[in-house]
Amino acid sequence: MNTLYYDCAVIGAGAAGLCAGAAAAGQNLKTIIIDRESHPGGVLLQCIHNGFGLHYFKEQLTGPEYAEKVTENAVKAGADLLMDSTVIEIKDGGKEKILTIYSGKDGVTLLHAKAVILAMGCRERCRGNLGIPGDRTSGVYTAGAAQKLLNIHGVLPGKTAVIAGSGDIGLIMARRLSWCGVKVKMVTEIMPFPAGLSRNIAQCLEDFSIPLRLSTSLTGIYGKDRVEYVTIAPVIDGKVDHSKEEKIFCDTVLFSVGLIPENELSKACGIKMHPVTNGPVTDSSSMTNIPGIFACGNVLHVHDLVDFVSLEAEKAAENCVKYVRNLHKGKGEDFREDIPVTAEGALRYILPVSCKKGEEASFYMRSSSVLRKARLTVSCKGDILAEKSLSYVKPAEMIAFTLPAEKTGNLPPGSTISFSLIPVNEEEKENENGKRK
Amino acid sequence: MEKYDVVIIGAGVTGLATAYTLSRYKLKVLVLEKNIDAAFGVTKANSGIVHGGFHYPLTTLKGRLEIEGNQLFSQYHKDLHFPFKRCGIILAAFTEEELLKVKELYERGKKNRVPGIELCSRERILKLEEKLSGNVLGGLYAPEGGVLEPYKYAFALAEISQKNGVKILYEKEVTSGTWKDSSWEISTAEGNIYKSRYVVNAAGLYADKISALFGGEEFSIHPRKGEEYLLDRLSPARPSKVIFPVPTTHSTGGLVIPTCDGTTMVGPTAEVLEDKEEKTTTEINRNNIFALAKNMVPSVSEKDLITAFSGSRPAMEGEDFYIAPSKKVPAFIQAAGIQSPGLTASPAIGKYIGVLLEKEGLTLEEDPSFIPSLPYQKPLWEMTKEEADAMHKKDPAWTNIICRCEKISEGEIVDAIRKGHTTLDGIKLYTRSGMGRCQGGFCSGRILEILARETGKNYASFTKRGDNSFLTAGDLTGEK
Repeated sequence: MNTLYYDCAVIGAGAAGLCAGAAAAGQNLKTIIIDRESHPGGVLLQCIHNGFGLHYFKEQLTGPEYAEKVTENAVKAGADLLMDSTVIEIKDGGKEKILTIYSGKDGVTLLHAKAVILAMGCRERCRGNLGIPGDRTSGVYTAGAAQKLLNIHGVLPGKTAVIAGSGDIGLIMARRLSWCGVKVKMVTEIMPFPAGLSRNIAQCLEDFSIPLRLSTSLTGIYGKDRVEYVTIAPVIDGKVDHSKEEKIFCDTVLFSVGLIPENELSKACGIKMHPVTNGPVTDSSSMTNIPGIFACGNVLHVHDLVDFVSLEAEKAAENCVKYVRNLHKGKGEDFREDIPVTAEGALRYILPVSCKKGEEASFYMRSSSVLRKARLTVSCKGDILAEKSLSYVKPAEMIAFTLPAEKTGNLPPGSTISFSLIPVNEEEKENENGKRK
Repeated sequence: MEKYDVVIIGAGVTGLATAYTLSRYKLKVLVLEKNIDAAFGVTKANSGIVHGGFHYPLTTLKGRLEIEGNQLFSQYHKDLHFPFKRCGIILAAFTEEELLKVKELYERGKKNRVPGIELCSRERILKLEEKLSGNVLGGLYAPEGGVLEPYKYAFALAEISQKNGVKILYEKEVTSGTWKDSSWEISTAEGNIYKSRYVVNAAGLYADKISALFGGEEFSIHPRKGEEYLLDRLSPARPSKVIFPVPTTHSTGGLVIPTCDGTTMVGPTAEVLEDKEEKTTTEINRNNIFALAKNMVPSVSEKDLITAFSGSRPAMEGEDFYIAPSKKVPAFIQAAGIQSPGLTASPAIGKYIGVLLEKEGLTLEEDPSFIPSLPYQKPLWEMTKEEADAMHKKDPAWTNIICRCEKISEGEIVDAIRKGHTTLDGIKLYTRSGMGRCQGGFCSGRILEILARETGKNYASFTKRGDNSFLTAGDLTGEK
């Protein structure tokens, strides 16, 4: 068994892990980034389309280009990369965390780190999770799995496809499959509004005349060996109307029905989970309930843009650096403080769930419904601290908000800050029961 | 033309347990299976329960074979190492009517000499199984019942039989049987003919068709579909014992099963069908089964669902097993109607068929070179760090994890392929890869890559489970 010692261990070499690793190593922490794949970049490597990096790199990049840039940053900053390696356990030993790592090359390695940054990303919800009835045929994939087959392995998943769910990967795959001569018959979405970004609806569906069937449920998958057809039915007032079921013939079904942060490792080591995001609960320093374990990127909550992942990762790394330095000074334990933050009104969740008094804090949140016009209010015991008008708010798009330091400087002890999203005109609220199933 | 002493039709647990029994003797045995791998018929979608022995009276064949089979599993497990746990079975009663039925089954269990069977008060049963709903009124406890992995058990039977000289041929659909010169001539779909002195009909759902092909008894197998729903290994519903509802006229199925490998399964339903190939799951059955399961174990939740599947029990008139020499044609053993508790009974069924063959004139002479057991290989997910590191020194591929959800290594996948499991489902059933919460989303591509490397074939040739269940439509270069 091998033993390694590092200041900071980053789990996952996707955008979050690489950016966190670069930032931590850049501050002279001895840093290692661990990933199970052979090449750093995570899911970016299979996202060969462009549209990445406008905020973070101020230029339009493809997924592999973005991956290459963030990898280069990490390597230049001095972070070590440990590829083809799977972390199977995180053990919290207080001032030291011990990671058990399996790899084909090195066997079993015990890695001792002062701090850990979780950046494992997320996985896709699959047919099984939804319990879609019918036959267990071949030809049923998650959109991301099909994307990997096509873009990494160079293999076509099928010839005629129906895509269930209008998540971004599904939309991107609708276009990608069309380019390869695969007939994409339709994209179905159970909600009355699309789950993906507007630009993807335009560029991936409308440009290819692929119908988007809103308020439509995929009710079954049938076929003897391979998919032969699916059934779809309209959703009226939240209920599937099976009497209007129709058959759509296809040999492939892709699911793009949401992402789940991959937190089995985190849960096993005792990290507290957020009931809405399925990611860890973090404070304003991106730290979980276990001192010295931080989280960023899609393992924390599912993002819409990779640029925000990178920014969030840098921030987590900065705090990780502070933590390790304080640890040296023997102050590692009293790193936490905090004013609790809550999400109200049409907000589905907000992260982080607390912030520091008198310190600038960045928040990410999502709406639970589509709102043409809305007002985001930040208040404490009825006093409004900040306000912002928003238009075209969608559950698919994250809302970012920075609360300046002076807003929280004078709050009395025991305060709670509440973020509330209220539609400006009730009539314009397009969807009353906007909560996703 | 190849000549055999016994040809067994069907490589499910019935056929393979028979093959294993016969492999002890100096016999030439052939198993013909129409599917691409063992256990791909009735066996695959089994609930994996080793029953307690109180459901059927000893006046039935299945009642007797269930009791014997249950006890044989200790030895079979010791020799063959498939996942098996005597975790115990609980029958939970929620109404006065069900309590009466429980008493009846307890009396039957006593009569059947079920070891350790216990009639339980409410307090006792809640102490035995803390996941049970507080509404429980009492129940039955059979400590010798348990769970096993049916496909791993079938694969182990196939492996030990092959080690002892049994030949198993896959994708061989039997199309005719002719009695000629005191032996059977058996043809398969692609035109091969095999000659054998005896034939065992262990064709599961198609035992009626095989019997007809050989001129045997006329009967029909009625498929009775069961749907199963698998919950994540982190589900709080996982009980310590198998929990059965009390069988009444109003309800069927709806067990909560702690599978051998740490997941929780709810099911099965029971629905009589016409079509033997009908294997769908339905929304209505899902809702019913979850309602039944939640009634017994309130922490069961659809939120933890990772997959669903179904399979059909090969039921026939009379509901008992039909294991007997044909009265219409010579040297032909019928093993039909092997529905629940067929898996539990299977070791005893195999032995019983051996006895029937001997009665029919087959000489069973012990083979001194018989190998009684398989070497044990612990899966990576059960190994300690130290064991994994030691395994790495033997074969580095064993610490290269391919299926992240179930911690299955490249070494295990290669092992499955080299043992002949060359479909995605075959590899999955042998190794558990793809059985976890992402359902193969991450590992399927990597497994195809290993399959291509190990077999030298391209992606387009790989299937989920044989026939036309192709996984891809060729590569981008246009190569098929």
